[in-house]
Amino acid sequence: MSFINYSSREINCKIVYYGPGLCGKTTNLQYIYNKTNPDLKGKMISLATETERTLFFDFLPLALGQIRGFKTRFHLYTVPGQVFYDASRKLILKGVDGVVFVADSQVERMEANIESLENLKINLAEQGADIERTPYVVQYNKRDLPNAAPLDEMKRVLNPTRVADFEACATVGGGVFETLKAVARSVLRDLKQMSS
Amino acid sequence: MRDTQLVMYDEDFRKILGVAQRLVRDANAKGVFVVDRNGQLIGEAGELRGIDTTSLASLTAGCIAATGGLAKLVGEEDFPVHYHQGQRDNLHITLVSNRIILVVVFDDRSSLGLVRLRVKKAGAELAKIFEEIQKKSEQEPHGSTPFAEITDDDIDNLFSQ
Repeated sequence: MSFINYSSREINCKIVYYGPGLCGKTTNLQYIYNKTNPDLKGKMISLATETERTLFFDFLPLALGQIRGFKTRFHLYTVPGQVFYDASRKLILKGVDGVVFVADSQVERMEANIESLENLKINLAEQGADIERTPYVVQYNKRDLPNAAPLDEMKRVLNPTRVADFEACATVGGGVFETLKAVARSVLRDLKQMSS
Repeated sequence: MRDTQLVMYDEDFRKILGVAQRLVRDANAKGVFVVDRNGQLIGEAGELRGIDTTSLASLTAGCIAATGGLAKLVGEEDFPVHYHQGQRDNLHITLVSNRIILVVVFDDRSSLGLVRLRVKKAGAELAKIFEEIQKKSEQEPHGSTPFAEITDDDIDNLFSQ
């Protein structure tokens, strides 16, 4: 749910990184955090377990600049990917303006990708949203690994509606900002469309 | 989901700020924060300058969301009032109208009883203000958001900065 404040002339939007456990959602946010000018970002919060698995969410506030005199801020969240944290995922998805689905390219994680994507659709539907009408992009992460599944196969299975998609290697940053820009652009275009 | 977009004009903002400032005085609080249930900070008042309010808003919303989930597990609709006691400062968190979260930070210059009493009145005032905001946005849904004037070029320019 975007929040437009005329008094402080700010537009705030919420973007959620979704995907199976260990696919690199937190790594995406960490890379964005490390590479962003300190003036444009807030503190990154990670509510994680002792073994650094996301327990509730990661949160990174980011300022992207101004549109017609309005500061645009994006609040980036990740969900915990492990299957049994579904209740937490539902809570974090509430009020979302745009979704990034981070897929793990490793062949042996294809099942987990499919399961997570199905879970995303169900959880969006529970709050009255439809993935096909939500600003949404797909990222195929870990493309550098030797056991990565063929890209065509991943696209066929995980992106049948052909939304914008990107190959990535979040540990070194490849594709991370491209993904962020695409989803942010999609969110703003969607808000514009809703207004006109 | 997205039909609940919150659009706040200067007039509404001043009213909310007025309630928050009065609550700081009446409850002898260090700070008062008004947060949207989705984690956006709407307004703040008090002496707590320099703290990370963006994180405060996000974590407060997370806290309300998590305990709301717990409430449903035990058959409650919500746990609308939370109290966290610290060594020096305490937090009183209230869910107002199922949409807005009112956070009061106070120390031993005040008391839980006083904060509870004052929050009750301030919460009712905030509920009324947000009801009006809601009504306005239903009457003219997305009517005058800045997005109506934004072009695709404006959006593209944002990413070339």
